[in-house]
Amino acid sequence: MSTASTAASVSAPHASRVRRVTQARVALSEWTKLRSLRSTRWALLVTLVLIIGIGILACTVFAARWPHLSLGDRLRFRPLRVSLAGVGLAQLSIGVLGVLVISGEYTTGMIRSTFSAVPKRLPVLWAKVGVFAAVTFAVSLPAVLIVFFAGQSILSSRHIQIAFSHPGVARAVLGASLFLTVMGVFGLGIGAIVRHTAGGIVTLVGIMFVLPPILGLLPSSWSNAVNPYLPSNAASVLWTITPEAHTLSPWAGFALFCGYAAASLAIAAVLLARRDT
Amino acid sequence: MIEASGLTKRYGEKVAVSDLSFTVRPGIVTGFLGPNGSGKSTTMRLILGLDAPNAGHATVNGKRYRDHAAPLLEVGALLEARSVHTGRSAYNHLLALAQTHGIERRRVSELIEMVGLSEVAKKRVGQFSLGMGQRLGIAAALLGDPKIVMLDEPVNGLDPEGIQWVRNLLKGLAAEGRTVFVSSHLMSEMALTAEHLIVIGRGELIADMNTEAFLLRASKKAVRVRSPQAAVLGELVAGPDVSLEAIEPGLLEITGLTAEQIGEAAAANAIVLHELTPQQATLEEAFMELTQDAVEFQAGPPPAAPATAAATA
Repeated sequence: MSTASTAASVSAPHASRVRRVTQARVALSEWTKLRSLRSTRWALLVTLVLIIGIGILACTVFAARWPHLSLGDRLRFRPLRVSLAGVGLAQLSIGVLGVLVISGEYTTGMIRSTFSAVPKRLPVLWAKVGVFAAVTFAVSLPAVLIVFFAGQSILSSRHIQIAFSHPGVARAVLGASLFLTVMGVFGLGIGAIVRHTAGGIVTLVGIMFVLPPILGLLPSSWSNAVNPYLPSNAASVLWTITPEAHTLSPWAGFALFCGYAAASLAIAAVLLARRDT
Repeated sequence: MIEASGLTKRYGEKVAVSDLSFTVRPGIVTGFLGPNGSGKSTTMRLILGLDAPNAGHATVNGKRYRDHAAPLLEVGALLEARSVHTGRSAYNHLLALAQTHGIERRRVSELIEMVGLSEVAKKRVGQFSLGMGQRLGIAAALLGDPKIVMLDEPVNGLDPEGIQWVRNLLKGLAAEGRTVFVSSHLMSEMALTAEHLIVIGRGELIADMNTEAFLLRASKKAVRVRSPQAAVLGELVAGPDVSLEAIEPGLLEITGLTAEQIGEAAAANAIVLHELTPQQATLEEAFMELTQDAVEFQAGPPPAAPATAAATA
């Protein structure tokens, strides 16, 4: 390594121009951060594979086995739900990536550099949310559209497909992508509160996957009253057209899920502004 | 210009920094000296607003750091340890920081070259040596062409060539009229670069003066006397403010009197002197003496001759 050059070249050529920190600049910086990490590319690739791969696999299995299925199985068959089978797993990879987007900065110490550059701090949180939500939506929307149409075309060999124009289907397909986007934001909020990767992932998995079965142990009058308001149940009604009993309407459920994500961000924002790093 | 006023920071029960007030002026290198764990890094984090003080406040160029519209143009800082995501390349790390202020890519490339990281700029930072990490941190500190440069232990992990480079860099930055504030636990390093010293121990201010004055104040002012009649001379000069140490037969170290006073006393009593030498304290001794009570974790009883212990550290 040669370090022949010294202080002479320290000065920037256009140092006199004022370059203030703006929300747009912080967003560009966060975009650079997001795209320059291998973990981001992997998590997004895994999400794509889960959404498209599992959906096509499930449709292929049903199409192949259809003549051999019992009447009960045929009655329970839901073409939309089968083609979106991967979304339920993809929420995990997107949620985990959401946690990592901020917890990775704390575990590596990057957060000190970040907050030195943007000492007001909150613009960093908003930029992370905006950039990550945009990326998640941009990746998940084509994925759900691809898997819906590919899946239905596989099912059409047995004439058991559902049309995109069928009432609620367009909303559910678009909704799957919106759900994943908000899921990522929820993960980001939790990551910002917990500040540790493992702790953040455990918290997220606990809320989305462990809480529902635990509440299922309660007397049904209780669980029926509480269940619709759980984050996991509130989130899932948007991307189905065959809701189970005791659930909210699609958009009400989604609004509530957005509320949970917003609450996690609000807590994160208060803590972010106050805590030492 | 950095101004700290009554800065106090506690972490739980532990007081990290206590009522610290000082001013760091532009145009010179100011050393921030103290043993490990004395609160240097905490103070720097307080200045940047990364940690909030329990009392007091710090301003840079007249405002709190967070109130500046373009903070990286005011203060460029190299913080302790790594403050870099290990999975990102050096180039992208600097680019992301630069983009928060709209600093152009050319500046990023320029700095990578200046700190000598061109060949590894695309490599992930996790694979960097400590020295390369320090160079990256210095590049990040200089991104905004800042008026204040604040570096925490910048020579840690650098090879001799790198250390020399940092010294010249610091002096160059100060000569351009910038405020340069650099911490170290090594007195010898500070003596080479810093014109002014702010010394802390256990989070408290011990000294705030120019380096020469610090050395003078801290030096122990002993006089070494070699004489065949050492015992007689010793009895002659003994007094309440004078301490004597017999190093070997015929060799005394006298503290509390100047060489002139001892020489005159010897002449008046016709005592032969073979040697009369004022003892200059080494830099490390001076530092050790001032911070002796302030060292956070002392390794066993203090050694009889503290000079060597610190000098070789």
